[in-house]
Amino acid sequence: MNRLAHLVLPLTIALAACQVGSDPDLDQTGDQPELPEQNDALVPAMEIPTPEGWGDELPIVPEGYTVSAIAQDLKIPRQTLVLPNGDILVAEGSGGKAPKLRPKDVIAGWIKKRGKSPVEGGDRLTLLRDEDGDGQTDLQTTFIEGLDAPYGLALVDGTLYVANQGNLVSFEYTEGATRIAGSGTEVTKLPAKINHHWTKAMTASPDGSKLYVGIGSNSNVGERGMDVEEDRAVIWEIDRETGASRIFASGIRNPTALAFDPWNEQLWAVVNERDELGPQLVPDYLTSVRDGAFYGWPYSYYGQNVDPRIKPARPDLVNKAVVPDYALGSHVAALGVDFTTDGGLGGRFAEGAFVGMHGSWNRADPSGYKVVFVPFRGGRPSGEPIDLLTGFLKDGHARGRPVGVTYDEARGVLYVADDVSNTVWRIAPRGAARRNSSGDTTQLPGDPRPPSTAPTTR
Amino acid sequence: MDRTVTNSRSFANPLHAILLAFPVALYPAALLTDITYLNTAEIQWTNFSSWLIAGADLFAGLVLASALLAIFFGRARHAKGRGTLYLIVIAAMFGLGVLNAFQHARDGWHSVGTLGLVLSILCSILALIAAFIAYGTQTVEKRA
Repeated sequence: MNRLAHLVLPLTIALAACQVGSDPDLDQTGDQPELPEQNDALVPAMEIPTPEGWGDELPIVPEGYTVSAIAQDLKIPRQTLVLPNGDILVAEGSGGKAPKLRPKDVIAGWIKKRGKSPVEGGDRLTLLRDEDGDGQTDLQTTFIEGLDAPYGLALVDGTLYVANQGNLVSFEYTEGATRIAGSGTEVTKLPAKINHHWTKAMTASPDGSKLYVGIGSNSNVGERGMDVEEDRAVIWEIDRETGASRIFASGIRNPTALAFDPWNEQLWAVVNERDELGPQLVPDYLTSVRDGAFYGWPYSYYGQNVDPRIKPARPDLVNKAVVPDYALGSHVAALGVDFTTDGGLGGRFAEGAFVGMHGSWNRADPSGYKVVFVPFRGGRPSGEPIDLLTGFLKDGHARGRPVGVTYDEARGVLYVADDVSNTVWRIAPRGAARRNSSGDTTQLPGDPRPPSTAPTTR
Repeated sequence: MDRTVTNSRSFANPLHAILLAFPVALYPAALLTDITYLNTAEIQWTNFSSWLIAGADLFAGLVLASALLAIFFGRARHAKGRGTLYLIVIAAMFGLGVLNAFQHARDGWHSVGTLGLVLSILCSILALIAAFIAYGTQTVEKRA
């Protein structure tokens, strides 16, 4: 029996050693990310920074910018929408009650929960109003109640669309309203079985005729069986009038935020890629979304890199998998995207995309936990991402985790939802009255709100 | 005068025997569901394996604790050689079983693989060996 002891010991050591660390020299951002070998460790690397308060401190912005909290004590804020009159809507909620199928689901759920806010999701929209244009919220009030994990928001021609985790509902909106009663009108059901990835990101086409909804996969890499992946890992195109839908793009694991760029009017998505292939696989990405394109999930990643965990293999699908445009880094968990218009935040942040990164769990060296800016030129990404909002991690604790980002064109500022400190942050160029004071010639005396130059769609 | 004493006390007491019954049943069951998964790629079979192994590990841990107590304080003191052998077998079974639980926590096809299958086979064999030792021939002492 000594032989058995000889077998067990080296085996244990070998298995513990096969979990590799991150290589800091690997460049995992941009259009050509470096992809290391797969490392499906027996015990995946995990690091969950637990929540901690901000105290007197604030997130960090670059020189020349300011950051302030414009809403606090929210109930898990996810995405925001700027209305034509400058009011801000915040979608609050927590969805996804996927049943636990394996002992692992029980344990992983418990571990990941430690990194989240203990507050229960609000299942509501909150309205924030800055009445005097000083960048501070004068009115914070519940706008719509009784929703079901609302996430994606869009306003088209006076109709507000809210993507709950299980359906798309519409509400008639009159400018200046501070509350809408009722549960709205259902435009269409959305795929909601299991809802492993429950967030239903949404944006409207520039002409307002179509709505696009991101529907995440029901598993990491098909480990719940492919039967439950029908209509998952796709982006739906929904006719706004009839509610009719079609699959616009597929194999796109978890498209957590969608936006049209203002230059070519193309649809873009930030997408969260798969876990448990190592600390530096697979990079999450920002990509323009082509009609009919297949992005590989679950059979391959970043084009034709085959994932051996899914059987039977589908070389036919792998062959047509599209390479995404721009890598954001592995496990950063991008959950927000929005584009600049008309000069953006100025300086290095004038033309490009803001990306909110919720932050990693599946690597020993946390990644994400910040808002970055991807510079664009000619409607395409050009250059490395630039940190815009950082300081969320301190001493191994997460003081906040960024989710949705929304650029406010009329005010030239950026809003960032934070679902750990339950805050909405406002980032502005220093002396941010730049448009409120100088360009503000159309404002009528007595009207405290800034002029409504925001487009009716976003 | 010669006398023959048959020690009628079982090596494993009834409670210990009940605990050991779980790994004996569950590890081989997990081996069967593993084989079925490898033959069908039908995900439910590896889910079965995960729970079977988790259950087997739980009871293997209790068996190990119970055997340690028995060796130092209980009946197995009278059967030291066999007790040590038994302890090694169930310790190896428990250790490999825990490894196998981690292996089965991987996603999709990687949840079994060669390693998972080998571990399931080893755990099944060790559980059966443990059962032969524990439930096997009882101690017979002959004194002159």
